[in-house]
Amino acid sequence: MEKLIEILEGLNPEVDYRSVTNLVDGRYLDSLTILSLVAEIEDEFEVEIPTVEIIPSNFNSAESIYALITKLQEEE
Amino acid sequence: MNYLSILYLFLFLPLTVIIYHIVKKKYKWRVLLLASYIFFFLISGNLLIYLLFTTLSIHHFGMWLEKIDGECGKVLNETVEDKKEIKEQFKRKKRKVLFLGILIQVGILFVYKYMPFFTVNINSIFNLLNIPYQFKIIKLLAPIGVSFYTLEALSYMIDVYNKKINADDNLGRLALYLAFFPQIMEGPIARYSETAESLYEGHKITFKNICFGSQRILWGILKKFIIADRLNVVVKAIFATGSNYDGGLVLLGAISYTLMLYMEFSGTIDVVIGSAEIFDVHLPENFRQPFFAKNISEFWMRWHITLGAWFKDYIFYPVSLSKKMKKFTIKARKILGNYFGPIMVGSVALFAVWSLNGLWHGAGWNYIFFGMYHFVLIVLGSFLEPGVRKLCHKLHINRDNLLYRFMQFSKLFILVVIGELFFRANTLKEGFRLFGNIINNFTLNSFFNNEFLKLGLDRADYVIIIITLIIIFVIGLLKEKGVNIRESIASKNIVIRWVIYFSLIMFIIIFGAYGPGYAPVDPIYANF
Repeated sequence: MEKLIEILEGLNPEVDYRSVTNLVDGRYLDSLTILSLVAEIEDEFEVEIPTVEIIPSNFNSAESIYALITKLQEEE
Repeated sequence: MNYLSILYLFLFLPLTVIIYHIVKKKYKWRVLLLASYIFFFLISGNLLIYLLFTTLSIHHFGMWLEKIDGECGKVLNETVEDKKEIKEQFKRKKRKVLFLGILIQVGILFVYKYMPFFTVNINSIFNLLNIPYQFKIIKLLAPIGVSFYTLEALSYMIDVYNKKINADDNLGRLALYLAFFPQIMEGPIARYSETAESLYEGHKITFKNICFGSQRILWGILKKFIIADRLNVVVKAIFATGSNYDGGLVLLGAISYTLMLYMEFSGTIDVVIGSAEIFDVHLPENFRQPFFAKNISEFWMRWHITLGAWFKDYIFYPVSLSKKMKKFTIKARKILGNYFGPIMVGSVALFAVWSLNGLWHGAGWNYIFFGMYHFVLIVLGSFLEPGVRKLCHKLHINRDNLLYRFMQFSKLFILVVIGELFFRANTLKEGFRLFGNIINNFTLNSFFNNEFLKLGLDRADYVIIIITLIIIFVIGLLKEKGVNIRESIASKNIVIRWVIYFSLIMFIIIFGAYGPGYAPVDPIYANF
């Protein structure tokens, strides 16, 4: 989780990722930033995020992103 | 008939609501489907056949895709061989079926909407190359709403392909999803998972739904009749072919068009969402106070939201996260770093998105320019963002303070107005001529010598527009602050509630722009 927060802060340090739960709906993360995020996550956590998983509910909070990573790691 | 016509508001919609209310639950969806086909027939006549064909086509392709999945599951259960290879074989088969399904839908759209544009341009290239052949230009009458229901049809097939939803074997439910009359002309572009079940279930019509739906419809009527129809007078004069106004007046025309488009489209969407709400069907929102956005990228997340979301889900991510592009991303990241690398790759996908977005709005170079203009602004914004953030940090500028937010708004508004000027211009050349007028011939003289009052609106008209815009701004501000205005009105006692409704109705009756001297705006997005 710490590593994920670090990645997110690297992309946009102006957000408190521990409390914000509307990263996509609140427009803190736009499509291009999500691309950077996906690339960083895939690199750091050695998972592949399929396009169908890129939905707001999976990216709205650091917690939900982490849950997605865990789910993908378990599937692999 | 359109959503803001007397025929729709006072006859078609109420009659459908009454019949829907009195029939048994199991017949309710049939009433909606029949009403939807009658509505479509009234606006597009015999072209209804294309909607029926699209419905049958996606029903067939959905079932076909699911059948392949079923076969795949069966083979996997019976085999001990390389399961990965078997999965891959069936995936390839599914991909071919999906491709064929998409080709049919896009093919129809192309023939109706884009063939004349491409034929003219190919003929021009032939002329340029001295090739003595010219294709015959065939212009066909496109069914109204074809651009909207085609995107819904594509999203249904792609979602079945991705196993996000199951294929629907119920043709009636699928037909209603595609044809639901409030949204067939101008959207919002809903996904199957968002509306199909709710439309089919047959909800009870409650007093609350009627109140909330009517409120929303009234709000849409206010935007259209008081602002859009009034501003249309100025827009028509400034954008008329051959008109020659000074830069100040052209800027007034461009601002008027931007506001008119916003009020006309978002007003129509209010009527659409309100109509659906009466049937207890909740359509996705299409606008979220777009001018409160911090930049152009955010603006497009708040303006025509369902179109942007469609392009994002079905073009942007599939392109930018495809295997080939991911390899490209890895290389780009090594060279440009973790931030700029993916943005570079995303720009390629974004180029596809904005080319298609421009073309979706219409077959014309001005629309393609409109798309490219936004592509450049969004990419530039993303590349400059880290630099701007660093600069603000160094200069101790708080990006949330009022002055900074006002400057952001001004920049956004100017950029949007320029984009809309090209969007509205009759041709790209005309767009550049008008833009040139703003730059080279800018003067405020027409406002001091009252020349601007000769465009068709008097001072009182401008005052009414400004007052209504202020009301809409305040309501928007409250929404941004998280206040649920409709719920708070509903919680008031009956006297206060009716005073508000009655005032709104009287405001529309007294200040609505109808009668001689005004020119009601035709539904702009219905033609896209």
